[in-house]
Parts: sequence; structure tokens; C-alpha cells
Amino acid sequence: MAFIEARNVRFCYDTEEAGPKEVLHGVSLQIEAGEFVALLGHNGCGKSTLAKLFNGMFLPAQGQVLVDGIDTQNEARQLDVRRRVGLVQQNPDNQLVAGIVEEDVAFGPENLGVPPQEIRRRVDQALQAVDMYAYRSHAPHKLSGGQKQRVAIAGIIAMETSCIVLDEPTAMLDPQGREEVMETIRRLNRDKGITIVLITHYMDEAVQADRVVVMDSGQILTDGAPRRVFSDVERLKRHGLDVPQATELVYRLKAAGVKLPEMPLSVEECLALFRGLL
Amino acid sequence: MPILETKNLTYKYGTGTPFEKVAVENVSLSIEKGELIGVIGHTGSGKSTLIQMLNGLIRPTAGQVLLEGKDIWQEPKKIRAVRFRVGMVFQYPEYQLFEETVLKDIMFGPKNMGLDEKRARDRALEAAEFTGLKPELLEKSPFELSGGEKRRAAIAGVIAMDPEVLVLDEPTAGLDPQGRDVLLAQIGQYHKERGNTVLLVSHSMEDVGRMADRLLVMSNGHKAALAPTKEVFSQGEELEKMGLRVPQITKIMGELKKLGCPVDPSTLTVDDALKQLLPYLKERQGTKTTSTRPN
Repeated sequence: MAFIEARNVRFCYDTEEAGPKEVLHGVSLQIEAGEFVALLGHNGCGKSTLAKLFNGMFLPAQGQVLVDGIDTQNEARQLDVRRRVGLVQQNPDNQLVAGIVEEDVAFGPENLGVPPQEIRRRVDQALQAVDMYAYRSHAPHKLSGGQKQRVAIAGIIAMETSCIVLDEPTAMLDPQGREEVMETIRRLNRDKGITIVLITHYMDEAVQADRVVVMDSGQILTDGAPRRVFSDVERLKRHGLDVPQATELVYRLKAAGVKLPEMPLSVEECLALFRGLL
Repeated sequence: MPILETKNLTYKYGTGTPFEKVAVENVSLSIEKGELIGVIGHTGSGKSTLIQMLNGLIRPTAGQVLLEGKDIWQEPKKIRAVRFRVGMVFQYPEYQLFEETVLKDIMFGPKNMGLDEKRARDRALEAAEFTGLKPELLEKSPFELSGGEKRRAAIAGVIAMDPEVLVLDEPTAGLDPQGRDVLLAQIGQYHKERGNTVLLVSHSMEDVGRMADRLLVMSNGHKAALAPTKEVFSQGEELEKMGLRVPQITKIMGELKKLGCPVDPSTLTVDDALKQLLPYLKERQGTKTTSTRPN
């Protein structure tokens, strides 16, 4: 059984003048436990809406979302859904609630009614998992953007969620902060088996996932391994997306007649390709 | 004479309290009219404090900001006029739209400057065109626009004041790749046609790499560099120490140079890389059988 399953999901926003506007037109998607999925698409394609359906923040107008077999529309089990899927948003400043880092991380488990000693254990573990334990008694507002996002992620881990959905977590970060957050995400996925759904506009981040799902106009356009999805450069560009510069360079060299065996997704892969040629 | 200059510009928060912190220290720089300057730096490097001093939103605790040679705080009562000459587009400006219609929102700045209804309207229409806002959107409520359209409207509101210096703080944050490309192209076009000075603050090294003539690098409140873009990006290791990076394409070309490829190690765009690599690789493949498998 898939960990998250969307079955023919439709979703509408209410607009004052025009009435309900459908933004998801029957989306079906299965995400397995332990997968690292990148969700891409232009602004307004419905990817953030889909993310909010994954943890029951939004409920489908039609169709179903099942999380670990639980229907998100089952009100009695709403808390069980939230416990399984945590959401990290774009702006780190909007997600931190306490004046001290460890209190902020404790906020989630406290709300779930976890006993104090157990909270202590979870908070320490969560901060270690995101490499922020040394900052446990610092004030969150004095941290860098990347550090704040890692604290926000720790807050979710402390609830022992098995899946984290991140909606453009690096959009407001500097290059080093972006790398820190991506490193944390990869490690949580690899070492702890946490299922990751990453929404991003940065293609160099998307290529790090096991699987890339591209959305367009409320529907799924492509779904596959990064190498396959990013090889179709023209198609991605037609849909308002991009490819990493390393991929674009090789794509255009090949188009101009240079013989290169495959499409690289990163600087390292690109250099390995050229080394074979020089 | 430079359009904008700072001399030993310094800003301290919480002077005399235990929380005293120097956000910007001793920054002296000089920007010529018509330049497009990229501003980069890690979170907390002092970029935002610096740009807010450039149009007098905050007053330096020491040092000076000179606009066309004149200290902007010489007559504090006239500081408002400076804000029309140095226009500021903040991060996520779409949250600052408030008027009934998009057009009225864009007209707000020029009217504040004292322009009459007609002239404000002309300015607003022109600014809307510059940012690529479709005319049919102008009579709508700002809240009916998409995120990208709202951002254009907010930028148009500042452009409509026709500032001599336009400062944009992370204008492409959160936009999809196409939205980003279109907006950057329009900023480039605006800069070219008006000949105005533009400061572009960004965390995207790829964006400033292809846009800026020179880069101002801030680190821990200090000016680490103000130099031509290529020169700055040829210092990859220094940038890494400051929490910054070079564009992916620059990294690739730098490594290729080390492998003995005759390329410019501070190449900034894929287009430029292609021009250098294509003749070289074709010649090599033409004269020598490589071990690569055919396509």
C-alpha cells in the first residue's frame, strides 16, 4: 500500500465573484514510504494545493486522499493524519513560535500530549538530526535563514511524523542556507527513512530526488526518475520550467552535433562526461 | 560624479544596550549613473540595512550617503524627496498592494510625489507596460491577480515614480523559472531604455551573474568587494567562505580550465560557455576518435 495516495482528487477555491474555481482536475498519485519526491510546476499549477491536501489541511472536493490508509476526510482521525505528515513552509519567520530553539521544537509534541520526559528525548534527537543541537538554547530570531528552516524541520521530526512535505523551503535562503537544508532533507530520507515531498523552483534541488513529478494546470504532466524527466529539456521549458545549467549546456552541445553519451544532472556528472572526452 | 556614494557608512542597532550590534560597518562605495549592480551576501550580512540607508529609510549612525554628491541627511526635512529619487522594491512587494484597482495602486507613488491625476496616470500606464502587465488587468482589484502579476504591479508602482536609482530586493524570490526569466528580462530592458541605475539584491548567483555589470559583496556587515562580476566570480573559494557560491556554469568552466581546456574560467552564462566549447569540442571530435559511445 502506498503511504500517500491521491485518488482522482479535485479541489476548488471559492472566489467572491466567479464562484468556485477548480484548481486540481482529478489528480491521482501514489507516494511510497521512504521515497524522496520532488514536485515541480509553474506558479499556480496546483502543487502547493496538493501539498496541503497531503496533511489534511485541505480536503478534496471530490476524490480521496489516503495517508497510511487513513482517509483525510475522516474527521475523527484528523490528528492521526497530521501526526504522519508534517508541513514546512517557505518563510522561516512565520513558523517559529517560541523564544528559545528547544521550546520551539517542543511545541508540536506538547500539543500532541506527549509526556514531558518523552518530549525531552524527542527534542534532543530532533535537534541532533538537523544538526542544530548546539543551538538548543539560542533565540530562533537570531539564527540564519537556513538554521531557522532546520529548526522548523526539527519541530516536525519531534512529532515523529514519517513524512515531511516542504513547500519551497529554500526560496528565501542564501546559497549556503539552501545547501544546509538540502543536506538535512537528504540525510533524514536516507538515514531515517522519512518520506520527503519537496516543492521547489530550483532544478538543482529537484535532481537530488528519487522521483520528479511535474504538474501543469491542475494535472500531472510527467512523473519519473530525474534523469528521464530532465532529459526532455524542450518540454520542461514549454511548461515554464528549467533544467540545471549543467544539463542545459550538454543538451545544447548535443543539439549542435557534439557527441556526448548522456545527460548530466549536476556539475560533477557534467565534469565526468567532459573528462571522458578530453 | 557618481550618482550614489557612501562614505564610512555605519549602522549600529541598540547602541548603549546589551544588544548592541553593528549591522553595517565602514562601507564606502561609489556607483556611477547607469550601472546595474548586483548585491550579494549571506543572511545577516547587512545587505538590507545598507539598502535601507541608501534611500533614507533608516539614518546611519555614522558616515554619509551622497546622492549626486549631496548628503541626503543634510536637510532631514527633505528626506521624503530622496525616497522618490531612490526607489525601493522590497521583498515580496505583492503584500503591499492595497488600492481598489491595480491602476490606482500604481498611481499612488506618482500622486504622492505631487503629480496631477493625468500625469500620474500616464506614468502608471507606462510603468505597467514596462513590467509586462496586461492592460485588461489595470481595472481589476489587485487581489484578483496571480502572484506573479501582483509582483509586477508592485514593481510598476515604484517604476512609475521614475526613480534615478531603482533598488530591488530579491525580486524573483518564489517565482517559477519562466516568471523569473521574464521579470529579469524586463528589468534589463527598463535599465537599458531609461539608462537608470539599478541595484539588484539576490541570493541567486545565476541571476546576478547574467545581469550585473559589477557585484557588491557584503559579508558580516562589511564590504567584501565591489568589482566587475567576472572578477568576483573568479574568486570561488573566497565566496564559499562567505556562504556564497558561483553560478553552476562558472564552476563547470573553472574546472574545465583546470583540466586543460582553453576556456574562460569566469564564464557567466550558458550561451557564452557554448560559444567557447562548441568549436573546441567539434574540432577534437573531428580529429580524434573518442572513447565515448555514439548517441
